[in-house]
Amino acid sequence: MKEAAPAGCAIADRVDQIIQKHAGRPGALMPMLHDVQAALGWIPEEAMDKIAEALDIPAGKVYSTVTFYTLFSTRPTGKYIIRVCESAPCHVEGAAAVMAELERQLGVKPGETTSDGRFTLEYTSCIGICGVAPAIMVGDQVHGNLKPDMIAGVLAQYE
Amino acid sequence: MGMVTLTIDGQKVTVPEGTTILDAARRADINIPTLCFLEGLNNPGSCRVCVVEVKGARNLVASCVSPVGKDMEVTTNSAAVRAARRTTLELILSDHPYECLTCVRNLNCELQALAENMGIRNVRFEGERSKHEPDNSSPSIVRDNEKCIVCRRCVAACEKLQGLKVIAPLERGFDTVIAPPFGVDLMHADCTFCGQCVLACPTGALHEKDDTGRVWEALADPKKHVVVQTAPATRVAVGEALGMAPGSVVTGKMVAALRRLGFDKVFDTDFTADLTILEEGHELLQRLTKGGTLPMITSCSPGWIKYIEHQFPTLLEHLSTCKSPQQMFGALAKTYYAEKAGVDPADIYVVSIMPCTAKKFEAARDEMDSSGHQDVDVVLTTRELGRMIREAGIDFANLPEEDYDAPFGITTGAGVIFGATGGVMEAALRTVYEVVTGKTLENVNLTSVRGMEGIREASVDLGSVTVKVAVAHTLGNAKKVLEMIAKGEADWHFVEVMSCPGGCLGGGGQPIPTNDEVRKARAAGIYSADERSTIRKSHENPAVQALYKEFLGEPLGHKSHELLHTHYVPRGKYRDI
Repeated sequence: MKEAAPAGCAIADRVDQIIQKHAGRPGALMPMLHDVQAALGWIPEEAMDKIAEALDIPAGKVYSTVTFYTLFSTRPTGKYIIRVCESAPCHVEGAAAVMAELERQLGVKPGETTSDGRFTLEYTSCIGICGVAPAIMVGDQVHGNLKPDMIAGVLAQYE
Repeated sequence: MGMVTLTIDGQKVTVPEGTTILDAARRADINIPTLCFLEGLNNPGSCRVCVVEVKGARNLVASCVSPVGKDMEVTTNSAAVRAARRTTLELILSDHPYECLTCVRNLNCELQALAENMGIRNVRFEGERSKHEPDNSSPSIVRDNEKCIVCRRCVAACEKLQGLKVIAPLERGFDTVIAPPFGVDLMHADCTFCGQCVLACPTGALHEKDDTGRVWEALADPKKHVVVQTAPATRVAVGEALGMAPGSVVTGKMVAALRRLGFDKVFDTDFTADLTILEEGHELLQRLTKGGTLPMITSCSPGWIKYIEHQFPTLLEHLSTCKSPQQMFGALAKTYYAEKAGVDPADIYVVSIMPCTAKKFEAARDEMDSSGHQDVDVVLTTRELGRMIREAGIDFANLPEEDYDAPFGITTGAGVIFGATGGVMEAALRTVYEVVTGKTLENVNLTSVRGMEGIREASVDLGSVTVKVAVAHTLGNAKKVLEMIAKGEADWHFVEVMSCPGGCLGGGGQPIPTNDEVRKARAAGIYSADERSTIRKSHENPAVQALYKEFLGEPLGHKSHELLHTHYVPRGKYRDI
C-alpha cells in the first residue's frame, strides 16, 4: 500500500529526497523507481527526468524500464491497484470471468481508475501462486481460488 | 590465449578460446544466418535465427552468444536447425507487412533476404498484427514501426555509438515498440538525426525522409536553375548503391550521372570545404592570438551540432561559428554565383547530395537563409541519389568520367578528406601551418590525426606556438571530450568532432550495409582521392582565392560573417524543443 505524500510537499521534493537516498549506489535506478512508485502511486515524467539527470543516463532508458515493469505506472493510480493474473494457469481456471466481473462491478476497463479514485484495474503476469488460480492482487494482498460471485466480498474489504 | 579445436559441419576448426560459434564458423567460411546480431554492437541472442545444433546440448543454441568448447561438434544446417529457423522467421513474418515491392528497402532488406534464403513460401501462422502510424515528424528520418521486428539494433547503435537512447524499447511482450520516451515524436526528442539507427535497421522500419520527388519536380521545371553539390564522402560510396565494390572512387561518374539527370550545374562541396578551412583556420588563429574560447571545436557535422545544443548547451561557445560546407555553399550559390551567372537567386534551386540524414534538418534550420532565400533547398542522401540514377536507367558503371563545373567545382585534396574522421583537422593544419610559419609544409600527410581510434590527439609545432589538437568521432566519444573540457582537464586548442563512426564516410545517409570493413574501404578511397589531387592545401585553391578577391574580401570579413558564419540554439531534451 502506498504512503500518502506529506501535506505541502511537492512531487519534486519527494523525488529529490528519494534520489538523494540512493545516489551513488550501483544499480540505483530500480530502487529509485520503486520508492517513487510507493510514494506517489505512479511515476510522473518529471520524476523520470530527474532520475535520468541524477544518474546521467538517457531519459529513454528510464522510460523504457518504467514501461517494461507492470509494477510501475506512468499514470496516477487509485488507492488500491487490482492486478489480475493473466498467465496460463489462471487463464485455464477462469481469470477471464474474474476480470469481467471486476470490470462490471467497478465500471472500468483494464488500465483505468475508478472515478472515486479507489481502484485501478490492471493485468499482471504470473504472481507465483498458481496453486490457488485464478488469483489477483489488491494492493499487496493476494486473493486466490476466485469465482465471479466472490468479487463483491473481496472489494468490500478495501475502503 | 589458448586455442580450441572443434568440429563444425564435419570440418575441424581451431580458434582462440572465447570465440563464439558464429565467429568460428565464419572463419571457416561457413555462413550462419543472423538477424538481431550486429557486429560489435548487438548480440542479445534473442531472435534465434542463428541457432545451431551442438552434440550433447539439450536445446539448439544461439551461435552468436555461445562460445566454442573443446571437441564441440556443431551442425549448422541439420533438419532441426532449419525447421527452428523457419518457424522463427514465419513467426516474425506473421506480424510484418507484405509490402516488399513498395518498400524503401526492397532488395536491400535482411528479413527479405532471410526469407528468400530459407525458402519461405508460406507463413503458417495467423495472429494479431501490430498497428502503428508512421512518424514523419522530422525532416530527416521516418520511423515506420509496422515494419519493426524489435531486434533492437537501432537502440544499440544509438546507445553504444552515440551514448544516447533517443529510441528505446517501450512496454513489453507483443506490445513492445521502439520509440522515443514519453510518447513524443522524433522531432520532439533529443534526436541528432545522425541516422546510425537507419544503417543498423535490417528492414524498412527506419529510413531517410525521401526527397527525390521534390528534386525530380525541380529538374522538370524550366524556370528553375538547378545546381547540385556533392559532399566529399559521397564519391566513395554512391557506387555501392549501384552495384560497385565498397570504397570505389566514382567522382567523375557521379558528375556525369548528375548531368544526365538534368542538373544545370554540377558543383562540389569540397570547394566550400576548402573555404571552411580558410574561415575556420583564421577563426582559430584569432582565438589563439586575440583571446577567445578554447578549445575551438569544429561545426561541420550537423548531428554533432544538434547533440551539443541538446546535451551541453553551456558549451556552445566552443563551437566554431563557421557554417558547415553544405550551408556555405547554399549561401554562396544564391549570392556570388547568382551574380556571376546572371541568374535571379529566386530561380536558383540548390540540391545537396550528402552522406547524411542530419543535413536535411540542417538545411531546414530557420537561420539558414542568409542569402535572402532558403540557402539549400533539398538534401538527398547518397542512397536517394543512387535511387534516382537507377530510376533514370543510367548505366552508372559504364559512364565516362566528367569534371565538375567552375567555379565551385575547383577543389583540393584538403577538401576531399573532410569525408574521413580527422580530415577537417588535417586540412586545417595544412593551412594553419603555412599561414603561421610562412614555410611550406613538405609532407602534407599528417597521419597522426588519421585512423579509426575513437579519440586521437596530436600536437603541431608552429614555431611560436605548439598547437594541441584532438579528433573524436561518434557522439559517445564527443561526450568524453566535452566532459573533459567542462572539467577543465583538456589542454587542446582545436578539436574536430564528427557524429558518425569513421566520419562522414560512415554517415547515416550512406549505402547499406555500412560496417567496419566498408568504412575502411571508403576511407582508403578518400585518401587516394587526396593523393591524386594536384592541389592539396585549401589556401592554394585558385577558385577560393578568386572568391575572396572578387566577393568576400578577406577571411572573417564583413561578407563572410553575413554569409558563412552562424549561431547556435540551446535546446531542451524533450517536449520543449
